Parts: sequence; structure tokens; C-alpha cells
Amino acid sequence: MSVRRVQGSEVEYGIAVKGQPHANPMVASTHVVNSYAAAHGLTRRARWDFEEENPLRDARGFDLSREVADPSQLTDEDLGLANIILTNGARLYVDHAHPEYSSPEVTNPRDVVVWEKAGEHVMRLGAELAGQLPGAAPVVLYKNNVDNKGASYGAHENYLMRRDVPFEAVVEHLTPFFVSRQVFTGAGRVGQMQDGSVHAFQISQRADYMEVGVGLETTLKRPIINTRDEPHADPKKYRRLHVIIGDANCSETAIYLKHGTTSLVLAMIEAGFLSSGLALAQPVTALHDISHDPSLKDVVELQDGRTITALELQGEYLRQAQEFVAREGSDEQTDDVLRRWADVLERLARDPRECERDLDWVAKLSLLESYRDRDGLDWDHAKLHLVDLQYHDVRPEKGLYHQLVRGGRIDRLVTDAEIQAAITEPPHDTRAYFRGMCLTRFAADIAAASWDSVIFDLAGHDSLQRIPTMEPLRGTAEHVGELFEQCDTAAELFSTLTRR
Amino acid sequence: MAEQQHKSTRKSDETTDQVEETEVDVERKEKLDDDVDSILDDIDDVLEENAEEFVRSFVQKGGQ
Repeated sequence: MSVRRVQGSEVEYGIAVKGQPHANPMVASTHVVNSYAAAHGLTRRARWDFEEENPLRDARGFDLSREVADPSQLTDEDLGLANIILTNGARLYVDHAHPEYSSPEVTNPRDVVVWEKAGEHVMRLGAELAGQLPGAAPVVLYKNNVDNKGASYGAHENYLMRRDVPFEAVVEHLTPFFVSRQVFTGAGRVGQMQDGSVHAFQISQRADYMEVGVGLETTLKRPIINTRDEPHADPKKYRRLHVIIGDANCSETAIYLKHGTTSLVLAMIEAGFLSSGLALAQPVTALHDISHDPSLKDVVELQDGRTITALELQGEYLRQAQEFVAREGSDEQTDDVLRRWADVLERLARDPRECERDLDWVAKLSLLESYRDRDGLDWDHAKLHLVDLQYHDVRPEKGLYHQLVRGGRIDRLVTDAEIQAAITEPPHDTRAYFRGMCLTRFAADIAAASWDSVIFDLAGHDSLQRIPTMEPLRGTAEHVGELFEQCDTAAELFSTLTRR
Repeated sequence: MAEQQHKSTRKSDETTDQVEETEVDVERKEKLDDDVDSILDDIDDVLEENAEEFVRSFVQKGGQ
């Protein structure tokens, strides 16, 4: 039993061009990505390889036909928008009208924090550079999920799972967990309903945008459980659980707990350990109700007629995880996740304000309440909306999250040195190492890459040469580190790999 | 301005030798209030100007 599992995150950033509210966001996003690529020697701009992508494959076992799909669901068509691979193994690209950073695959929640935070720096740098283009206005990026006028954009998590686990079990056990985990994963939002028409605070940015229980969509009728089935790995062995319900977190503790607790619940689902009985009567309504209650006192109804609070629901999952660990054993990071999970739930139950050093929604709410006290502001006041938005500004000098960290008011989990290294270096223990090292060493010879392949364009070969990387835990430093030391050219690397 | 005065008053309290317990509580509360005030002051310095216009013009296209 462990939090260790191949996983990663994808964050779409809100984008604004200063003084130009009508600027084309796709153009601005493209400038962010291309400016970063140009400044970091990724001049060939190895393209994304779409061969193994099936965004319309449904985990329930059927394909949505392309004709009936909404155009926004077709993510695999290269629309000519910027799309590059970084030396740290991440993907940096334009998705719809937002710049997006997809972290490299890592093996544990703490590494998700490190490489997701590295992505914030990549975005900040890209925006800074885009603002320096001739004639360009400053570009500002926000690590949030809403414009409070009806639009939402995602911060997704990905977890590699065993294929043989019945998807019904995933839905049954993950739904109550996802509905209630916002008590620590919420990023906080001023405004309720999708368009923010109800003037009040809520815990989660994304909750009001989730409209159905289970489904394939990610851009409309968004589901609590997303069924997209693109494993980016051997489909006979693995599924990739694509989670779209989460908020974009600034707090390192929130990112860590989000991935850590979800990994534990998945481990229990794979082992068939979880007992039934927590099914919610109305999951979508419960999700919204919990988000709208920062006191955390309201109850939601279970299918069996009982009522339960979000904290009690989380307590049930925690208790079972503790039992599971007692039976199966654990490791250091798993113990740490369990300890923090228990601690946060306990403090939230006592008084949510006790978590203002740890959790985004509590830190944000505390700041907002201070403004309300000092200046006598109602929830519809523009200044409160600005505080909400600017909390997520990625610029250290402007972002309020950064301001709170600098003032010693929010606790960190990882070090700046680790994050700095992760901006350019891949994790050592997944295939992202192979991908990242190929880009680090031989960028000029890489024509394209994706999660499950690297494509070489080598002198002396008429056609492009594809190296598949279908096994996420192969291509690690342990497997191929020596190879990169021995090979001086991409051709050498390729011939050594294919000779084996 | 009022804030400045408030702070200097508190400092002179701290130098008083004989402080009764109730005063310690009051002082702690004042210190907390001062802390909150200073955070808000710091944040006021970096908040974008013209909040209403700024927030209104933040319009995004939907994403995933």
C-alpha cells in the first residue's frame, strides 16, 4: 500500500493581455509557448506526436464517433498551435485558448508538487518573454480555473491504474471521495454558480462546473468521473485515470494531499479493499452544496438515507486507508500523506481557519474576511473579486499566494532548489527521463515526441525513426542513464537502442 | 496615518514594566490586528489598480 504510482498533472492557465481585453487568447498563448521555446534553445521545436492519442475512447468500452463529437473534444488534431516538449519531459502547448503545462510522469505525489511548481516558473518565464516581443503588451497568467463569468478551464490529474479493475468500482468508490476531497483541495472562489451570479464565497473553483456524474466530456457537461480512456501506455495492462474535477492549487500542501490521498484511494480500489455504503443520493448536488458551505457543517444525503458531512466522508476514507496500511505495510511518503491527511481533517473539524497556512481556500478566505472586516465590503465588491483572481497571478511580485509565502504565512513542502532543477531536468524514475534527456542532448535530431514515443530525424535515414515508450517505468536513469553517457550523437543512441 | 499611531502606542505598551494579564491578552489581540493590517497594507501595495475595470475585463474562453 503506497502513494507511489505513475502520475502527473496538467494545468491550463488563465491568460490576460494588459490593456487589451479583446486580444486573441490563442495568439497570446502561442506567444507564451513559442517565446519560451525560442529562449531555451528548443529551436527545432520537436512537435507532439499524436499517433497514440484517442480522446474519444471511452473507459466504458466504446468510441464516440468524430462526427457527433463537439469540435472542442478533438484535442488530437494539430491546429497549428504551439506544442513543444521540454527538457524536463513536460509538454508545453496551447490547448483551446489557454497555455497548458503537462508535467512529466512522476512516481509519487511529492514529485508532482516539484514538477507542477516547475511548470509555474515555465509559464511565468514564457509570459515574461512574450511581453517583450516587439510591440507586445505584458501578458499575465493565472493558475486558476474560472473567469467568474461562465468560463472554466482545467487542472487535471492523471493516475496510471491497473486495467483489470472494473470501471464500475472506480466510479462507486471515487465519486464520494471526489465530492468531498475539496475540503482540502479547493482553491476558493468569490462567486457561486457558473457565472458567479450569486455573491458568496465557495470552497472550490471547479465544483459548479461539474454537471453530471460520469462522462467522456471535459469541455461541456463536465463529469465528476471522466471516462476518457487514453492510457498512453500498454492498453492491455493499464488505464490512465483522467481526473478533471480538481482545482488548480497554488499551495504545495494542497497539491501533495490531492495526489497523495487520491493515490491511496486508487490503491484500495485496485485491492478491492473499500467497503460499500458511501454512495451519495445526488453526487452533483452534494458536490455543489459542500463547496458552498465553508463552515463544513452541512450534511449531504447518502443513497441509504443517512446524512453525513464532507469531513465525515473523508474520515471514512482515511480510516479505511489507515486500516489498509496496517495490514499491507507502507513507506515513508505514504505515512507522511496519512499523517497530514488526518491532521488537516482534524483541524478543519475544529476550525477551518486553523488550516490557513496549508490550504488555498482557507488562506484565501482568511484574506478576504480580513478585507471585509477592515473595509466593510460585501461579497459583490470588485476588490474581493480582484483578491480572488490575483491570488493566482504567477508573478512573484504580484501574486498574492506568493506574497503570503514571502510573508511566512503559508507553509512550503519542497525547496526552491528542487523546483529550479525540475524546470530543466526530468524525473529520474519514469520514461520522462528518456524523453527529457533526448531533448536535452539531441534536440536538433528529434522530430516529435509524445508520452509514448520519441521520433528521431537522423542523417542517413530516409524516414523518421520512432522509439516507442509504452512502458512508463522504463527509460529511467537506471535503465538508460549510462547509454546517454556513452553516446555522443543521436544516431549512436538510436543504433545502440535498436541493436538490443 | 491612524495605523502608524496605533503601532507606536502598542510599542510604548510593550516597554511598560508592569503589565497585568488582561493587558497581555489585549496586547496579543492588538498584535494580531496589527499583523492583519500589515498584510493588507502589503497587499494593497501590489493589488492591480481599478479593481472593478480589471475584474470586468478578465474574460476567458472556456477550456477543458
